[in-house]
Amino acid sequence: MVNFFRSVRVIAHREFLRFIQDKPRLFSSFSMPLIFLVIFGAGFSRLIGQIIPDVDYIQFMYPGILCMPILMTSVMSGVSVVWDREFGFLKEVLVSPLNRSGVLAGKAAGAGIIALIQGSIMLAVAPFLNVAVGPRTVLTLIPLILILSFALSALGLLIGARMRSQQGFQLLMQLVIFPMLFLSGIFFPVAQVARWLEVLSKLNPVTYGIDAIRQAFLGAEVAGVTVFGHTMGILESALVVAMVGAVFLTGAIWVFNRRD
Amino acid sequence: MNVIEASNLVKRFGNLEAVRGVSFTVREGEIFGFLGPNGAGKTTAINILCTLLYPTAGEAKVNGYDVVKECSKVRQSIGLIFQESTLDDYLTAEQNLRFHGYAYAVPRDVLESRLKELLEMVELWDRRKAKIRTYSGGMKRRLEIARGLLHRPRVLFLDEPTLGLDPQTRRRIWDYIRDLRKRENLTIFMTTHYMDEAENCDRVAIIDYGRIVVMDTLEALKDGVGGDVISVRTEDNDEAMRLLVGQYKLTPSMRNGVISFTVPRGEEFLPGFVSGFPVPISSVGLARPTLEDVFLQVTGRSIREQEADPMHDMKQMVRGRGRGR
Repeated sequence: MVNFFRSVRVIAHREFLRFIQDKPRLFSSFSMPLIFLVIFGAGFSRLIGQIIPDVDYIQFMYPGILCMPILMTSVMSGVSVVWDREFGFLKEVLVSPLNRSGVLAGKAAGAGIIALIQGSIMLAVAPFLNVAVGPRTVLTLIPLILILSFALSALGLLIGARMRSQQGFQLLMQLVIFPMLFLSGIFFPVAQVARWLEVLSKLNPVTYGIDAIRQAFLGAEVAGVTVFGHTMGILESALVVAMVGAVFLTGAIWVFNRRD
Repeated sequence: MNVIEASNLVKRFGNLEAVRGVSFTVREGEIFGFLGPNGAGKTTAINILCTLLYPTAGEAKVNGYDVVKECSKVRQSIGLIFQESTLDDYLTAEQNLRFHGYAYAVPRDVLESRLKELLEMVELWDRRKAKIRTYSGGMKRRLEIARGLLHRPRVLFLDEPTLGLDPQTRRRIWDYIRDLRKRENLTIFMTTHYMDEAENCDRVAIIDYGRIVVMDTLEALKDGVGGDVISVRTEDNDEAMRLLVGQYKLTPSMRNGVISFTVPRGEEFLPGFVSGFPVPISSVGLARPTLEDVFLQVTGRSIREQEADPMHDMKQMVRGRGRGR
């Protein structure tokens, strides 16, 4: 058990070091969400008006936009085991006495730390959009962001566990990350779209994470995911994301522990 | 005391039998080498010993720990330098070493002094704050040697330690390794397909098609070749071969138009041979046996010929398939 926690710490530390030393990656992770915010916000805001009373489109969209860099960075930090494998570093980790489950959990923990940094930077935009951020909001956001980032990096690890090269990367972007992004209720309330789209969105774990984070910002009135007639609250949605993440991580650990 | 004990190791990948029943022991403080062409099963064997692969059959102990059942104890007690770099290119040299220190739970105060000592030994102390991306191949390899020693392993595994490096760097790396063995009483297990590199070993196992063909000290292996190697070029090699076998009772071999054979005390043999041989001789050479000759004798092929042979892998695969499962 001591070894497990040491492994988590050592690996998370390395992920963090790499993130802060890679400045282009740091900046590029914010460019896309900010572009979306400006273009979509300016373009659709007037057209759409208020989504629910007192919440205009930009305010509706903002919590999801805050999650975008977290979503992409977390999946990628999981998938980065493919890079580690290709550039050899994974071997250094695998022959070391580090606990393998701890190594994977450490990757997810590292992603969580990075997600918190990204989240706080994205918070700086909130005042410009008339989104109120009180201490209570921040305190609720921290666990929610950690859970979301944990689940997504676990998904990345599961994908990366057996991937042998970077070739599948483009496919991954197109088949996993983008659909997850657009079917997560960032840009539209999931209850107000075509039925098939709604079903797909509800199968996407990210939807629950984003809905919870939106409620943390804008209150329970914006809750937009109903499952079997029940409207999901923050706690329930967080639980869904955490459970899905646990399943992904268990799967990734299982795949990693198989030795030829 | 034996630091490595392997008995009847077998590793199959599907139809391909990469290692076919390999047994050997390595004593403490010894430099032991696996010598063989690419694809002979050297790396597979090393990967089993350092717990990256499970053997299909057989067992192995490193530092007294079973490589399957006690893998984390094995891992803690060995150092590894792989063929390809396993450094994190985006971190600095110092950060890479620290990561290793944390991973092997090296106490913090020991880590600091050890870090300095090792970086100075491999002459990278001044470059410790530079990212690995900016390092040359030789510098990376030196840093990996330093890293592999950080947690004071009792055995150092070197898989083709100087592959792709220039002769000057290779010499320097070997200076470090020999120096280390003296200072830390390290046991070193290495693989190589460079004959001259294998000359650094105390004992060598020649491995070919997944089997140990012969295993002994360097001197014994060379003596086993049966004396000095004479190589001659003649105007009619076929006739010369026939005569050497028939009249001289020798076992010559021919490649690239050069006939070579071994005789005891070559310098005494040569004068009479040159004046008395019926086929006109165009050139003649005498050499003390090298590992290359040992390899040639025990496998019937030159190690270089085999590497250049594109059919090699295919042959091995067909062989594997022919054996059935």
